Amino acid sequence: MNEIMVIVGRLSESFILNFRLFALTLVFSIPLGLVISFGSMSRFSPLRILVRTIVWVIRGTPLMLQLLIIYYGPGLLGMSITWPSGEAGRFVSATAAFVLNYACYFSEIFRGGIESIPKGQYEAGQVLGMTKSQIFFKITLLQVIKRILPPVGNEVITLVKDTSLARIIANKEIIMMAGEYTSKGLIWPLFATGIYFLVFVGVLTILLDWLEKKLGYFRA
Amino acid sequence: MAFLEVKNLQKYFDNFQVLKDINFSLDKGETIAIIGSSGSGKTTLLRCLNFLERPDKGSIIVDNKIIFDAMDPSTQKESEVRKKRLHFGLVFQNFNLFPQYTVLKNVTLAAELLAKEKANYKQDKKAILKEIEDRGKRLLDQVGLSDKLDHYPHMISGGQQQRVAIARALALEPDILCFDEPTSALDLELTGEVLKVIRSLAEGNTTMIIVTHEMDFAREVSDRVIFMDDGMVVEQGDPNEVFTSPKEERTKQFLYRYKQ
Repeated sequence: MNEIMVIVGRLSESFILNFRLFALTLVFSIPLGLVISFGSMSRFSPLRILVRTIVWVIRGTPLMLQLLIIYYGPGLLGMSITWPSGEAGRFVSATAAFVLNYACYFSEIFRGGIESIPKGQYEAGQVLGMTKSQIFFKITLLQVIKRILPPVGNEVITLVKDTSLARIIANKEIIMMAGEYTSKGLIWPLFATGIYFLVFVGVLTILLDWLEKKLGYFRA
Repeated sequence: MAFLEVKNLQKYFDNFQVLKDINFSLDKGETIAIIGSSGSGKTTLLRCLNFLERPDKGSIIVDNKIIFDAMDPSTQKESEVRKKRLHFGLVFQNFNLFPQYTVLKNVTLAAELLAKEKANYKQDKKAILKEIEDRGKRLLDQVGLSDKLDHYPHMISGGQQQRVAIARALALEPDILCFDEPTSALDLELTGEVLKVIRSLAEGNTTMIIVTHEMDFAREVSDRVIFMDDGMVVEQGDPNEVFTSPKEERTKQFLYRYKQ
């Protein structure tokens, strides 16, 4: 009994890493994704082509590969700036890889959302003397958010589970922790990790549903 | 000189010339109706007046001020254009109301945003916003929607939405109000209520340009009718004359087709 409590405690502790990685990735990748989406819609074609190429590379290669390259790359390439040593470096570089990866996926969702807003909404704002930023923030943004909520929800849920990939650069996340017990012949901690993910995703699903209902007051 | 002068306006979409040398004028308080078949350039003309399209040649003069001259880039600065387009109001065929705002907010939003640019906005914020709201309510009352202030656009009919759009355009007190086929997206039974509002504006001497397919309405409401075909003003004049005894062959053909 005592052993169970100890293991659950250590699993919970390691899940904090999954959670931190999840939260930081969301906080940084959403604004970065918005910036990337603007780049991919730019009328200045060199910028547009550059941004779309980056998105293609990031979406076209495994996140696991990106984690490895971002973590080991700077050191192996002899760059002057490298990641901090130890645990901090492993976590920061994992966060960087996740932010970049998710920002690219988000940017495409944002682009789709922004481009789906009827031209008439922009024109109505224009003839009423609004500036471009007023049109974006006061007219289109909320309509975009409403439209992209389901695909964004999908990405958010995928992100929860993807955080486990951080173990590839030795971040002690929950599945890695459970794996240590498995190698000692104990299988249940591995199953237990599934419960952590299920509960977390369950909470997120409720939150997303609530948001969707909140935005249900108008049709767009 | 007339209140609005449009001179030698030309517009190309790639190599296709949509507007071929458009000239007309409009006096204050006058209502003109622009008729013509689809693709004749009527909508493009309205969009040029509202700076939604940039004419390739020609000039637009309002109240003796050149607000657009294709030859003079200084009249086309983005920051200036934003203010200049306020000379004109535009009511769209598809209303284009903002779905996330109530009927009242749709009417007041633009005025609220513009008020922020006023020097005394910070001190007099409350009074300014109150005034804007009161005006919004007054306008909605004028179009017969004072009982729908808190409704969202999807909760009201197309005819009601278009009346909100008219109130919204009026809220910024444009010198010239433009209508781009305001009833074309409406069922026949809802057309009447919108036309009634426009009619009352004409009686109140609002300066208006109305692009429409409603021939009877055009004839009744306008002080002058312009018939456009193939990017040109083919004929213009008193509505009764144009409709009963058109001079140009193309006008005759168009009106004949319409009667059938």
